[in-house]
Amino acid sequence: MVSKNTDAGVSVFKAIDWVTIVIYLVLVSFGAVSIYAASYDFDNASIFDFNESSGKQVVWIGLSIVIGFMIMLTDYRIYKTYAYPIYIVVLFVLLVTIFIAPNINGSHSWLKLGPVSLQPAEFGKFATSLALAKLFDSYNFTLNAKISNYFRALIIIFLPIILILLQSETGSALVYLSFIFVLYREGMSGLVLFSVLCAVTFFVVAVKFAEPLVLGIPAGEFTVFLLIMLTFALMLLFYCRDIIIARNVIYGFAGSGVIVAALELCGVQVNGYAYFISILLLGAAYTAIAMFRHRITKFLITIGFAITSVLFLFSVNYVFNNVLQPHQQMRIKVALGIEENLRGAGYNVNQSKIAIGSGGVTGKGFLNGTQTKLKYVPEQHTDFIFCTIGEEEGFIGSTLVLALFLGLILRLIHIAERQRTAFERVYAYCVVSILIFHLGINVGMVIGLCPVIGIPLPFFSYGGSSLWGFTILLFILLRLDAARKERMD
Amino acid sequence: MRKDYTLEKRKYVIGGFITLIVIIYVIRLFGLQVGDVKYKESADSNAFLRRVIYPARGLVYDRKDRLVVFNKPAYDVMIIPKDVVEFDTAMLCESLGITRQQLAERWADMKDTHKNPGYSAYTPQKLISHLSQEDYGKLQEKLYLLPGFFIQKRTVREYAYDCASNVLGNIREVSADDIEKDRYYRRGDYTGDLGIEKSYEKALRGQKGVEILMKDAYGRIKGKYENGIHDEAPVSGHNLKLSLDIELQKYGEELMRNKIGAIVAIEPETGEILALVTSPNYEPSLLVGRERGKNYAELVKDPYKPLYDRSIQGAYPPGSTFKPTQGLIFLQEGVVTTSTMYPCYHGYVNGLRVGCHGHASPIALKPALQTSCNAYFCWGFKNMIDRRGTKPGDQFTKWKNYMVEMGYGYKLGVDLPSESRGFIPNTDFYSKSFRGANWTANSIISVAIGQGEVLATPLQIANLGATIANRGWFRTPHVVKEIADSAIDSKYNVKHQPHIKRQYYEDVAEGMRMAVLGGTCRLANIPGLDVCGKTGTAQNPHGRDHSAFMGFAPYNNPKIAIAVYVENAGFGATFGVPIGSLMIEKYLKGEIDPSRKYIEERMLNSNTIIGSGVKKH
Repeated sequence: MVSKNTDAGVSVFKAIDWVTIVIYLVLVSFGAVSIYAASYDFDNASIFDFNESSGKQVVWIGLSIVIGFMIMLTDYRIYKTYAYPIYIVVLFVLLVTIFIAPNINGSHSWLKLGPVSLQPAEFGKFATSLALAKLFDSYNFTLNAKISNYFRALIIIFLPIILILLQSETGSALVYLSFIFVLYREGMSGLVLFSVLCAVTFFVVAVKFAEPLVLGIPAGEFTVFLLIMLTFALMLLFYCRDIIIARNVIYGFAGSGVIVAALELCGVQVNGYAYFISILLLGAAYTAIAMFRHRITKFLITIGFAITSVLFLFSVNYVFNNVLQPHQQMRIKVALGIEENLRGAGYNVNQSKIAIGSGGVTGKGFLNGTQTKLKYVPEQHTDFIFCTIGEEEGFIGSTLVLALFLGLILRLIHIAERQRTAFERVYAYCVVSILIFHLGINVGMVIGLCPVIGIPLPFFSYGGSSLWGFTILLFILLRLDAARKERMD
Repeated sequence: MRKDYTLEKRKYVIGGFITLIVIIYVIRLFGLQVGDVKYKESADSNAFLRRVIYPARGLVYDRKDRLVVFNKPAYDVMIIPKDVVEFDTAMLCESLGITRQQLAERWADMKDTHKNPGYSAYTPQKLISHLSQEDYGKLQEKLYLLPGFFIQKRTVREYAYDCASNVLGNIREVSADDIEKDRYYRRGDYTGDLGIEKSYEKALRGQKGVEILMKDAYGRIKGKYENGIHDEAPVSGHNLKLSLDIELQKYGEELMRNKIGAIVAIEPETGEILALVTSPNYEPSLLVGRERGKNYAELVKDPYKPLYDRSIQGAYPPGSTFKPTQGLIFLQEGVVTTSTMYPCYHGYVNGLRVGCHGHASPIALKPALQTSCNAYFCWGFKNMIDRRGTKPGDQFTKWKNYMVEMGYGYKLGVDLPSESRGFIPNTDFYSKSFRGANWTANSIISVAIGQGEVLATPLQIANLGATIANRGWFRTPHVVKEIADSAIDSKYNVKHQPHIKRQYYEDVAEGMRMAVLGGTCRLANIPGLDVCGKTGTAQNPHGRDHSAFMGFAPYNNPKIAIAVYVENAGFGATFGVPIGSLMIEKYLKGEIDPSRKYIEERMLNSNTIIGSGVKKH
């Protein structure tokens, strides 16, 4: 490339990652078609109309492409340079929104600008990603260098969360928790991720299986205790790499289990709490005594993990009953299949499962879905748009959509890893994390595997803010990636 | 900045994580969309309202193609409770012409699972039935204000003649039992009750159609599913042509007014029933529409039992109408010839006494039929049962077999529900009732004159008339002559022939002709009609004797056979003969001769219920 500085526009379009662009275009087109199908009315079968949601969505898509095009024409350096100012401006807008936004179903998150309504939280995502990327790009910055680096990262993540929570948009706020993947990629211990996984598992098991009682304690808690014992032993084995201690602990646990089973068979009542807590304390004590020959950090972490797990278990019921609000409790119970509540919280999910399930292998065909057309699924063109695909395009269509998203995310991981500087890489992982969260939660709730959290399906759900937010998020990444090639040339 | 290659491997964890999530979701989708059909069913029950289209029930004509039963539209107000939103009660009540309280009651009844076991908030439920055309019009205009409400069109029966309710029957809503027995029915369907509506239900009902409508989440109808290509059109029921002559039927019912009993008239050649009168009866229109339940309950409580069809259900002592059968058996068995004479000293005197009335003695078969001599038939019976060299039991079995061949003792098989079989005892019956002791003809002698244990329905008595008219055979009596587009049961074409020679029937017919010319049935002697007949005066434990008549006309090539039975009305000649002769005259001549008008007057105006000694049950 000879005239790279004079003809930046041309070179950018040569360097752009076309795979991503194609997937993006396929997804937004599929989205527009689905919205048309979702808002189609058997009675008033209208031809394409810009006053209908699908017509408006086409306008949003057109504007998105313009936005994407404009981003591609900007100088890539401005994103790094203005990362913090952009972040601060967006935070300010989020703050202002709390006070001036009208109350829509209890949330204050929409700004009315003349004929257009915008949801600033959607734009917080790319701003926060930029700020986080900028932080990691600081001179000689590594996450694990000092503990204050964690604090700096967490402050950048939690400021928008707090502001969005104040707007009563819990779903949008939770999205920012997905940055845990970024922190993990940039050096945070895998134990944290493991702990989150354990916490979710323990929570689900403990809440779901309140019945029957085993050893006088709920079966769910019984199982969690067993899982804690198992992770304890496995951590000794694979994390601390001490076969002898691990073996002794496993024998000890197994032996105690046999004794308890024998006592139960002879009619002696054993209290589960007493048994598990004493055997875990014994295990911890034994490990503490036996570990003196070794590096003690890992053993302390292992013991601490077990103790924290037990404390977590005891706090689950308290948190579930006292911290969560009733509608949140109900949504979790519905997702775990404890309650059906078909007239209330379970209505959406049940109707959504009916719509998807009735699609069969090949679907009912475009515009032939009865459940979505006849308004059985609420929010069908926004958060529950995946239903329309499931009903009309069937298993094949919905699998294809999931495959497209998976392809996009894997492609973005690939793009992230080919960047040479932390700024681009961290920003790319921010995009990946946000997409993983949206896809996982949105599709999960529609097919009844996650509690209902009102967040859109990227590129599909109706709405300008959401589409523009994701477009900006994605195209900044493409712009940064294209710059990598520009500099290579 | 140096790249950290250990950390780079973490891309596999993150990539693997989302891949795993997507795989789990694909498996879940497979489970929902491919593995489980229940969602398909739920979706259908969500979106589709399967509205039944009821076919028009078959029409009913009489033998002269006069329309007897037809349909008129009626409208049921249906609701799907889960789709009903708050509505203007006052407006609904006004449109339906009911009070607010009635509506509340109806609503409560509908939801009461004891009264309405099929109640479900998700399926159509009947709120109000049988809306008139006028109320329907009013409601139709307001229907758009009432989500979850819709109107089910159906038809109810209308009757052109106010008679023959016992033959016609009526229709009612199906019971849980009906649904259990026949999967065709759904809650709220109608089925025939009593009469031909019941026995020809399958021909009359047709085939229901269905219309698949789409309804949205608010219960609003959004048109036909795929423009109705899955709809099924209803198939109308078959029309029936009755063998009844509806004018004769009506005349018979008029003659029987204020009397208890029955008339059965049969065309001997075909076995077709021309009139099947039971009295008292009821207006068929009483059992139509919203008042059906109340009226039905009143009919059930009525002490004269109008729902009880005496013509086919009433089992009566046949009395002297039984004597021709005895004559036939004696002749066939060789017990007597037409010239055999038996003495009558004002009755049968042979260790016991059966009374008789004044006539010449000794007497042969034909004059015995003419004068209805008890003694003759008692002697004949005695000589048959106590025949030398035989056992009474064996002889009685023979006797019984002849009776069964002649249509007594078992159901004849008329095409109406609840026919009674009457009663003809067999040898076992007497062996048991005499506790094994020896019994002889004298022990059971009253059987010979149609008293004692034997019981017959008016239909069986008329069938005897038809058999004698045919000189020895009959076809099973039936009320339906033709079913449009399909044949009636072939069993109604079979000739049943008792093992008795034609000649003996000629002899008996002659005796019956003599009874009209110069015996007990003189009142039936209508010039030019050559009526043959036999009276009956049956003793019974309920009061005055029953008055009966059995006959046919004309003597040669008969066109009508008849049985008349009037409870507690005295001699056969006082009610049975006049009513029977009027029916014959009406049928064969179309009108009553002025010289006989006085008989008609007397019959129309007489009342045998008052003072008949019948107790109200």
